[in-house]
Amino acid sequence: MSAPATVTISYREAMRAAIREALLADARVFLMGEDVGAYGGCFGVSKGLLDEFGPERIRDTPLSESAFVGAGIGAAMGGMRPIVEVMTVNFCLLALDQIMNNAATITHMSGGQFQIPLVIRMTTGAGRQVAAQHSHSLEGWLAHIPGLKLLAPATLKDARGMLAPALADPNPVLIFEHGSLYNMEGELAAGAGAVDIERAAIRRPGADVTLIAYGGTLATALAAAEELAAGAIEAEVIDLRVLRPLDDALVIESVTRTRRAVIVDEGWRSGSLAAEISARIMEQAFYELDAPVVRVCSAEVPMPYPHHLEQAALPQASTVVAEVRRMTGASG
Amino acid sequence: MPTLGADMESGTLLEWRVKPGDAVKRGDIVAVVDTSKAEIEVEIFEDGVIDELLVSEGTRVPVGTVLATLRTGAADGAPAPSPAPAPPSPAPAPPPEPAVTPPVAAPQRAPEERRLRVSPVARRAAEQLGVDLAAVAGSGPDGAITKADIERAAGAPTPAAAPAAEPGERAGAMRLAIGALMARSKREIPHYYLQTQIDMSRALAWLQEENLRRSVADRLLPSALLLSAVARAVAAMPAMNGFWVDGAFRAAGGVHLGVAISLRGGGLIAPALHDADRKSLDELMSGLRDLVTRARAGRLRSSEMSDPTITVTNLGEQGAELVHGVIYPPQVALVGFGGIRERPWAADGMIGARPVVIATLAADHRASDGHAGSRLLKLIDNRLQEPQEL
Repeated sequence: MSAPATVTISYREAMRAAIREALLADARVFLMGEDVGAYGGCFGVSKGLLDEFGPERIRDTPLSESAFVGAGIGAAMGGMRPIVEVMTVNFCLLALDQIMNNAATITHMSGGQFQIPLVIRMTTGAGRQVAAQHSHSLEGWLAHIPGLKLLAPATLKDARGMLAPALADPNPVLIFEHGSLYNMEGELAAGAGAVDIERAAIRRPGADVTLIAYGGTLATALAAAEELAAGAIEAEVIDLRVLRPLDDALVIESVTRTRRAVIVDEGWRSGSLAAEISARIMEQAFYELDAPVVRVCSAEVPMPYPHHLEQAALPQASTVVAEVRRMTGASG
Repeated sequence: MPTLGADMESGTLLEWRVKPGDAVKRGDIVAVVDTSKAEIEVEIFEDGVIDELLVSEGTRVPVGTVLATLRTGAADGAPAPSPAPAPPSPAPAPPPEPAVTPPVAAPQRAPEERRLRVSPVARRAAEQLGVDLAAVAGSGPDGAITKADIERAAGAPTPAAAPAAEPGERAGAMRLAIGALMARSKREIPHYYLQTQIDMSRALAWLQEENLRRSVADRLLPSALLLSAVARAVAAMPAMNGFWVDGAFRAAGGVHLGVAISLRGGGLIAPALHDADRKSLDELMSGLRDLVTRARAGRLRSSEMSDPTITVTNLGEQGAELVHGVIYPPQVALVGFGGIRERPWAADGMIGARPVVIATLAADHRASDGHAGSRLLKLIDNRLQEPQEL
């Protein structure tokens, strides 16, 4: 009998498998961050790795994002391939100086003498009732910075396959893992491995409107597309996958076919990634549009703690459906 | 340039019949205009003296262009140049529109006057496909015209796409114009259809008797009876006689029957028989003959083109047995007659052969309901049972 074609796996396990594979494949790779060792990671991603790889390669750090991100940059400059885990994107603000002024800049400042093959993983997003200091989606802020590559794995395949090419990239790469995805479980090809980290992907083809999502909002967009299909509106769903540099080509190609775009972004609307994408569509596809671009974003409030308020603040499939119906002239 | 039909966007001034200094009175023919359908004689609707001709012969100008100015003698002696454009409204116009705009033009002109909501891709598609945006109904957000709307509209080329009506291209241009107007009708007007069989034995018997007393030249045709019956029935049903304009029904002031006339070169035209409900059969008969002759010669008058309030299409003796017509926007109803045929007819428990015509009604459901439409057909039937009253 041949080996099974697929395995049932969770997003968390896929991410762990990717880290384990990287540790096995390259002695320069190591993981560090708050509670990644003995505790197994705040979200359980690195559970068991300390036992397998030891404290030299699975390193618990003090609660100082600036210090351990800076240490990761130094290690990368010294020839290592560090994977730095920052517990949430909210906390990465403490390391923003390291990320922007050093990681994103040193190659330029050194005239190319130094490269920073650093990967920073961080959890992003809301939906788990962990309130306003742990729930925000600040990908848009970080996507502002030249010199960084930003990835948002939204599928098991991407969770499994994005780390290896990120480590192989000579420049700093930030990987955003949406907190609501860790428990997502599904089938993954047994031999799944590295994926491209250049292009967006069409997760569902459609002719009437393009829903553009990433990370945690991919599920929202797909749910909206399902509901719209019942009303004979075929939505195309694009998973951005790479938040910087954006894959404009696919977005523009899709919008040119569907003539309408809705961006579903868990970030705050003002100055968001959704704003950037909207501007690019306007710049590159104005004459292809049948309706103004629509953004469905999070409410511009600190993320509330109560479940009902948190859900009210987040982009919902029902909102996407209503917006699409309005822009396509469909009733109810 | 008056609108000589709801589908007209521009016209070519073929000929001036007046020159500056000529005194004119209401009803005089001052110019001949070529629409894509026909050459139309343009009447003036005010008395005065022609001041200046502003458009030279052979020039094609959009509807609404001032063709000439007129000095009206109303003021005290001093002939102040009147801004009143000539030709002014060729219709007995309900006034809110500017004088040059007859009421039939309103549904087309209104969207031009405010800014159309057109999506960028639709605007480009309209340019590429030659679709006139003003004639397209938008289905997008807030009524915006979308690419799909343009593609639907492009299925029927619009007047904007029509070539200038050179004589040799007249038939082609007319097909485009008819296509655009009928497509608009079917797109915008929720038609409903009714039909009824009408026993014509009394009417035809009366007609035969009547014609015996007449010279050959003065004989009446059944068409005159049908037109008279419709006109008198419509006069009693104002809800069927008028226009759907700006989202509301506007009853017409008189009954001006648009008579569909097929042209020898192909195509058709539906000029008006004015105040048909007040005309005798003789007047209707001569009016009809005159219209047919002039329509086929391409010499209709502007008022006849612009103000029919309801259309009658009569397939005639040799025609098919019934017709489901397409309403001529912005009218709200069309009455159709098939050929008069002998058919089995049951009456008083007996079956016999009688001449029967099938009358149909196509009506705009925004303006009326089947109950009213049904009543109109019943009234037409009643009229035809008392031919001596027609």
